Amino acid sequence: MLYQFARRLLILLVSLAVASVAVFLFLAVLPGDPAQVALGVNATPELLANTRHEFGLDQPLVVRYLRWIGGVCVGDFGRSYVTGDAVAPQVFDRLGVTLWLVGAGMLVALLIAVPAGTFAATRHRRPSGMLISGASQLGVAVPAFLAGVLLVRVFAVQLRLLPSGGWTPPNQDPVEFLRGLILPALSLGLVQGAVLTRYVRSAVLDVLREDYLRTARAKGLTPFRALARHGLRNAAVPVVTVLGLQLATLLVGAVVVERVFVVPGLGSLLLDSVGNRDLLTAQAVVLLLVVAVLLVNFVVDLLYTALNPRLRQGA
Amino acid sequence: MRRVRGGVLVALVAVLATACAAGSTASAPPDPSAVSIGFVAEPANFDFTHTDGAAIPQALLYNVYEGLVKLDERGAIVPLLAESWTVSEDRTIYDFQLRSGVTFGNGAPFTAQDVKFSLERVRTAWTISLKSKMDVVDHVEAVSPTHARVVLARPSNNWLFDLTSRVGAMFTPTGVADLATTPVGTGPYTVAARNRGDSIVLRARTSYWGAKPAYPTVYLRYFRDPTALNNALLSNRIDVISSIAAPDSVPQFASDTRFQVIEGTTTGKVVLAYNNARAPLTDVRVRRAISYAIDRRALLDTAWGGHGTLIGSMVPPTDPWYTDQTADYPYDPDRARALLAEAGVPHPTLRLRVPNLSYAVSAAQVVKSDLGKVGVTVNIEPLDFPAVWLKEVFTGHDYDLSIINHVEARDIVTFGNPKYYWGYDSPRVRQLLAEADSGTEQRQVADLREVARAISADAAADWLFLFPNMIAAKKRVTGLPHNQVGESFDLALLGRA
Repeated sequence: MLYQFARRLLILLVSLAVASVAVFLFLAVLPGDPAQVALGVNATPELLANTRHEFGLDQPLVVRYLRWIGGVCVGDFGRSYVTGDAVAPQVFDRLGVTLWLVGAGMLVALLIAVPAGTFAATRHRRPSGMLISGASQLGVAVPAFLAGVLLVRVFAVQLRLLPSGGWTPPNQDPVEFLRGLILPALSLGLVQGAVLTRYVRSAVLDVLREDYLRTARAKGLTPFRALARHGLRNAAVPVVTVLGLQLATLLVGAVVVERVFVVPGLGSLLLDSVGNRDLLTAQAVVLLLVVAVLLVNFVVDLLYTALNPRLRQGA
Repeated sequence: MRRVRGGVLVALVAVLATACAAGSTASAPPDPSAVSIGFVAEPANFDFTHTDGAAIPQALLYNVYEGLVKLDERGAIVPLLAESWTVSEDRTIYDFQLRSGVTFGNGAPFTAQDVKFSLERVRTAWTISLKSKMDVVDHVEAVSPTHARVVLARPSNNWLFDLTSRVGAMFTPTGVADLATTPVGTGPYTVAARNRGDSIVLRARTSYWGAKPAYPTVYLRYFRDPTALNNALLSNRIDVISSIAAPDSVPQFASDTRFQVIEGTTTGKVVLAYNNARAPLTDVRVRRAISYAIDRRALLDTAWGGHGTLIGSMVPPTDPWYTDQTADYPYDPDRARALLAEAGVPHPTLRLRVPNLSYAVSAAQVVKSDLGKVGVTVNIEPLDFPAVWLKEVFTGHDYDLSIINHVEARDIVTFGNPKYYWGYDSPRVRQLLAEADSGTEQRQVADLREVARAISADAAADWLFLFPNMIAAKKRVTGLPHNQVGESFDLALLGRA
């Protein structure tokens, strides 16, 4: 168990190091001069040279990378080329917003997927079960941003029930905050929920065919109670794996959905900073996303073993 | 299990219901004392002395900061913090009579000392390249608290015009400690709050010297995505779209009785740039041929839904030296072919490198098709804007043709700079521009008219159209500017119906 943990931790650290190099290189080779973008069309060559020096862009790539990663290790992500402010607080500010979005999206997805998937599995031969399977197939095919555009069209523009976008921090006005969260969370959650429904359905279906469940039924439990007591934990193993993968999809989906709903999260920060060649900010955001995905996978791996005792001996 | 699920469901429905109910009550009676205006470009911070770009002056100039003079909607220079001014015989000494009783947002009084401080500070503390506009100032004297004298090193008409822009903004020595987050000016509003990535809240100052603005509270809201901006107005989140980003969204506002659509001019000239320094465009006949080959009316209809104005030179109708030059190069493909043959390049191939902005990309398609009809092969290359376009075209001069909206006011002077990406060098134009800057106002008008004619005769570029100023707003908001002539979105002009 401990060996397992150490091995996974080592993989995590190596992946992080490789990822940081990749993130740095990808953004460094983007065409365009950050100093020119920051200074605009009236910049003189002297001013450009000064600014490049100030940003450290006149240094070789290796030096720039080492400087950056050295700072990152002690929590200093540098200063934004555009705003001149420290990058870290800005990024963590935005992360908070995105986490609300991802969390709410995940909640919506689970609230849809667990009941709908279980229902569809227990009735997989009846029309109602098939209807849910069909509907989830449709949901899988709809990208989150399209769902967002449609939701805005109906609930904000036509019915005028909910805001079309924008963001109110929860501590400023909790009601407005919730109202603003509903549509983005729905557009993220509906699609993810549809995907997840299919996994929950097949996982539950597999479990339903197991001998121990038949035994439980034979003891006199109703199908639901048998599933609840003996089946769901087993069905959860594959679902948790997918959930981890989906968390990554949700983060990426949030980037797009934030644009549709004008939510000031990591996604909009990333788009803006890449457009402005605000490299340090963009690097910080991408690195953070990579770290989040790797961490989620790490935790999922650990959860996996916790949920399924059989895997503990395998190693 | 069943009961738990029911409970969750009931709770969810309850949350949704209260949220929606709160919404309908919140949006039903809109607060009449507040106005919410939607923009596309958000200021990175509040310090335009260190950060370039149009977004900061758009939000703050004339609203939080004021200068000695301002630009009115017709493009005329009118008094603001200066009640009046006189110019010496040799046009180098400006005496400004200042308004009395003016205070800054932090309570400090505004005097001639602040004029000296602010104008001198442009050279010492500003870092953006626009600071060069104050290079012509020799020194500033505070003659009395209400009398400031500016002495120029040489006469300059452009200087007084530049005073209406951000470089003319007045600061107080006690209010420049933290410009990036706490701007302190003499304007009718102060910044009350800022939600990065979302909005800026302005509140009217009680101690403002001038007329009270119609809206005590103004929300400036920022939407990177044009569709989100449109939806915000349609769903009552904002009251005004400061500039409609896509012409095809005009009909949905024009046909809705809740809204008004205002259309006027800007200073944005959408220019098909010719690289005058690169063959075959070094030949004036080739450049003229291209200008004859393009049907600009059809281009405007296709590329920008017919919204906008045709111009024939680098001058918008709001400049005093505007003359109608739209007939300089009538659409004439036969003549274009003849000119190309005469120049000895009947079938040139040209690279049209455009920024990946919608107006430029759609205009590029029309240019390609029009030029194809006269035997010119055009290869369109969209470049990431701003980064790649600035590097390749603007700085690197690596292009034959390009299309971009030149938004700056009175940038006809760029044709006097041989190093500019036009690659255009005409000693006569340079001479005229220099005379225009130093001469009387009448002289300036006459000279710049001449420059506008000369660059058109040389076909130094092709002026495709003037970008429209298109505002969509609720009908209750009045006083919105038809023409966008300066850097500011002037909130003091707004009224309530």
